[in-house]
Formats: sequence, C-alpha cells, structure tokens
Amino acid sequence: MRAAVVVFPGTNCEQDVVYALQSLGGEAELVWHRETDLSEFDGVVLPGGFAHGDYLRTGAIARFSPIMAEVQRMASVGRPVLGICNGFQILCEAGLLPGALIANRDLSFICRPVEVEVVDNNTILTRGSTVGDRIVIPLNSYEGNWVDASGTGRVALRYTDNPNGSQQGAAAVTNERGNIAGVMPHPERAIEAVLGSADGQVLLNSFLDSLVAA
Amino acid sequence: MRVTVTINRRPEIADPEGTTVMRALHDLGYTETETVRMDRVIHMEVAGKDPQEVKARVEEMCRQMLANPVLEDFEVEVGE
Repeated sequence: MRAAVVVFPGTNCEQDVVYALQSLGGEAELVWHRETDLSEFDGVVLPGGFAHGDYLRTGAIARFSPIMAEVQRMASVGRPVLGICNGFQILCEAGLLPGALIANRDLSFICRPVEVEVVDNNTILTRGSTVGDRIVIPLNSYEGNWVDASGTGRVALRYTDNPNGSQQGAAAVTNERGNIAGVMPHPERAIEAVLGSADGQVLLNSFLDSLVAA
Repeated sequence: MRVTVTINRRPEIADPEGTTVMRALHDLGYTETETVRMDRVIHMEVAGKDPQEVKARVEEMCRQMLANPVLEDFEVEVGE
C-alpha cells in the first residue's frame, strides 16, 4: 500500500509528510506535479506550501497541473485523497471539496498549535478516532478561513476556538463519500511527543488504514 | 485588444481585507465609509478582431481559471 505525495513548484511540506507516513509504517513516495500516472499508488496526499506561488488565488493554478487529472480519477474511484493546508486549498479550487479558503478573519498569519474536535469519523482522515475526541496539531496558514455558500460541506474536524473565522469552525472538510479530505492544520508536524504533540498520528494512521481498505 | 477584467467577491462572502481597510479608514476619521470591497483588476492584451469574440474568450478564461465561481463574480470590458 503506497501513497503518492505530490510536489508542485512551491510545495514545502512534502518531506515532512513522507517522513511522517513512513515513520507510521506506511509507504510514501514523492511525485512531481507534471507526472500523469498514479496507477502504482493506492492514495494521494497534496501537501502544504505555496504551489505555483499561490498566484491568482491559493491553489488556482495548481489545480491545472498535469497530475490533477489523475488525482481527480483516483478521487472518483474512491481512493483516499488528502490535502493538507495548501493541498486543502487546491482540492477546493479543483472542485473536489466544497467551498473555498479565504484570508483569516483577522488578517493574521496564524502559526501555533490549535485544538480540534472530531465531529465526523466516517472519513479517511478520522476513521481511527472517536467523535468528540480533542487533539492538538499546529496551524500554519493565512488563507485558512473556509467558506461554503453551498452549505453542502461535511465538516470532519472543528476548531474548539475557531482562530480564523472558518464557517462552522471547520478545520477539516470531507466530500459526501468521505474519501476526499482537506485539513488546514498539519498532522504531519505532530507525530512525535518531542515536537510538542503526537496527536497527528491518529489522523495519518486513519489515512494509511484507508489505503488498505479502499 | 485591451481587455480589463474585474473580479469581485460576491457580497454574501466575507471580505476580511476590505473590512480591515474600512476599520483603518474609520480610525483615520473617515467614518462616512460604509463598505470597502477589495476587488481584483486584471489588464490583458488579447489578439483578435471581433470585440464580441474576444469578450467571449476572456469570459471563458474567467469561468475556467481567473475567477473562482464559488466566491467571485467577474466583468469583462473590451477596449480598442
């Protein structure tokens, strides 16, 4: 079971994601955004960073990278697709997740650990957790304020103090089927107690378990 | 042809940047300011002879990439 970790020009969290997935016992490999075949992989992660400089809008140009047709295909056949931070923004731009991410309510770049609560554990990101669980993982974003005028988004994780004004306090969102998830804070930066929290493990383990089950 | 694209966030979607600028204007004494929306303007030069055709192409660009239909509306003006 192998996860592809996509690298766009400007992505900067890919090594952390590969390290985290491997240290949890998973197989993960970097894939350049110009690739067009993910058939050797069981799932895909779009990591954080500033893909294509975040020009125009966050994720607006990345969604047209050649690899995205394969990401769309994997999503459509039910394979796990996870976007973290900038990856979440790309999935929204691509229409794989509802809504969009705009500037934080107070226009501040927020970089600190945040507490989130599991509100839906029927997703690739949360299946190993229990509804009501509270975990602490680092948030590191300026455009983390999720808006969803359609009202169709399913919230998987909710901030307990909503630092960025996100609709419904959403920290993570999923599609109807639960195989696509976007999360704004970074689980891959919270997998070892020495880094301040190992709470990200339950989320990434959920993703790894989903690779097998999908 | 010169083309100007104005992309504006829909009124029902929050504009934190506009709100912050308005607050600063109020602090400076411009309390008559009632709304501030930070639109985006894109200037382009597009090859073509028929303004209607150019306009239709640029509107297509807006729908596909330049604007996010979830958040934004757009206007396309074709000049000389």
